[in-house]
Amino acid sequence: MEAKLQSVVQRLQERFPLQVEEFRGEAHVFVQAEHLLHLLEFLKTQEGFEMLSTVTAVDYWPQQQPRFHVIYQLLSLQHNLRLQVRVPVNATEPVLPTITSIYANASWREREVWDMFGIRFQGHPDLRRILMPQDWQGHPLRKDYPLGYEEPQFTFNFEEINQRKPYAKE
Amino acid sequence: MTQIQEMTLDEIRHLVSENAIQGETVVLNMGPQHPSTHGVLRLIVELDGEVIVNVIPDIGFLHTGVEKNMEAKTYQKAEVMTDRLDYLNTMGNNLAYVMAIEKLIDLDVPPRAQAIRVILTELQRIASHLVWIGTSALDLAAMSVFLYAFREREMILDIFEMCSGQRMMTTYFRPGGLWRDVPVEFEDAVRNFVRIFPRRVDEYEALLTKNPLFLDRTVGIGKLTREQALQYGVTGPTLRASGVAWDLRKVSPYMGYEQYDFNIPTHTAGDVYARYLVRVQEMRESLKIVQQALAKLPYGPVRSNNRKYVPPPRSEIGVSMEALIHHFKLWTEGFTPPKGAVYSAVESPRGELGVYLESDGSPKPYRVHWRTPSFDNLQVLPILAKGHLIADLVAIIGSIDIVLGDIDR
Repeated sequence: MEAKLQSVVQRLQERFPLQVEEFRGEAHVFVQAEHLLHLLEFLKTQEGFEMLSTVTAVDYWPQQQPRFHVIYQLLSLQHNLRLQVRVPVNATEPVLPTITSIYANASWREREVWDMFGIRFQGHPDLRRILMPQDWQGHPLRKDYPLGYEEPQFTFNFEEINQRKPYAKE
Repeated sequence: MTQIQEMTLDEIRHLVSENAIQGETVVLNMGPQHPSTHGVLRLIVELDGEVIVNVIPDIGFLHTGVEKNMEAKTYQKAEVMTDRLDYLNTMGNNLAYVMAIEKLIDLDVPPRAQAIRVILTELQRIASHLVWIGTSALDLAAMSVFLYAFREREMILDIFEMCSGQRMMTTYFRPGGLWRDVPVEFEDAVRNFVRIFPRRVDEYEALLTKNPLFLDRTVGIGKLTREQALQYGVTGPTLRASGVAWDLRKVSPYMGYEQYDFNIPTHTAGDVYARYLVRVQEMRESLKIVQQALAKLPYGPVRSNNRKYVPPPRSEIGVSMEALIHHFKLWTEGFTPPKGAVYSAVESPRGELGVYLESDGSPKPYRVHWRTPSFDNLQVLPILAKGHLIADLVAIIGSIDIVLGDIDR
């Protein structure tokens, strides 16, 4: 880990209860949901992480506690540093506070995470699906969601399968 | 039977202003099949006369589930999906993906492979900017630029075909190096392009830069301030046109970019015209990089020697039992990187193209997330368009240079 990043992580550790993992020179900061907003606020205003690169999630199904990690990838232009903040989310109540008040572009990224993983963001101004159709069932990037297949049609069941195939018919 | 969903005003009630509900402003649908939205982008535009009150982008029409699909393929096989994301930046997508894998398994890349990667990604940047200059000028009724730009783009695509066998879906960069070395005609073809292209950029500039009709449509339109750009995570030429000199090739060099001498074109106006100037200058800078990389293109292998991750050369397979086993293992089971997660980013023609790659120690990626620049850049569209005329909307969309394959993934 770079010395500059090391000192940022140290200052964070003094202020917030968190664990830090290092991998290939990257710092991954694990924090609980209740500290998330304060941590990001601190990082943005005090440590110069003025840009949010992305928000995404990982599903660790069948593990339930925590089932997801929501990942906030931050970027500091003035110090040329990147920091990853990871928040564990349980399967029973996948809810996190929204960070749109801190980073404006989190709005669409959070919508994407809701769409793909079914994690709700409390206080989000417009939490609709963004990539999938509005009437879609399920959340595709969850690990218990199948990749999808097309039922093969044979002569004996051609009509039967054709009936339930989702495409526009006359 | 499938149901046809009709969008009612109720669904977007919280997004449009009170005037729209009372019928004082008009809510107009634009797209998804509209020539000036540069793909399948749908915009719900709220208009007061001809003036835009609000724009609500509706995306997802090109969603192909790339991230989900990649989880089901081995690392090598998943690479073909990356070409299809930002189809104007295939080499750049390949680079972002293989760099993430190389970071994950700590793999070295030989200098020749690095230099060829730089040449090809810079040519790709020029090709992408050529499509942009052609189509966005076409939106503003400057038809001839389109024809000229696509003529030069064809030269670049010919070079790609020469190397990889494909014009667009190249999959040429592989973890640890390249698919194979470039053919002997490559250097001459690139040299020929480098010789011809500066005059051609002058031609485009002669048609646009001082053209009063073009200036009328672009200067002062779609302003983005520095603070707004940072707040919305805007990257690439759109950010640099707002006065932030941020280019990943310069600030955190990869693939040996630190050896090349080039500038980061920056403008402070933040309008459509500034974004135009930045991209035109970027084409010239990219050409400088290509020229330098070609001049000192080193000789040597184009693939790493690490046999656990990179397949052996064909010549070895016939004589070495070990090479045969490695080849068999790599193409049946795939390689198994260590457990861990990395985020690796490159500067694509549109901005920061990041790949979040997580491995659980199996031959398939556990999670691949694409931080695509167009996704964040499009989010500022409502800010850019507010208060302008509806005709300016096409100029603004053109100027942020979105690719819908990049947004919807």
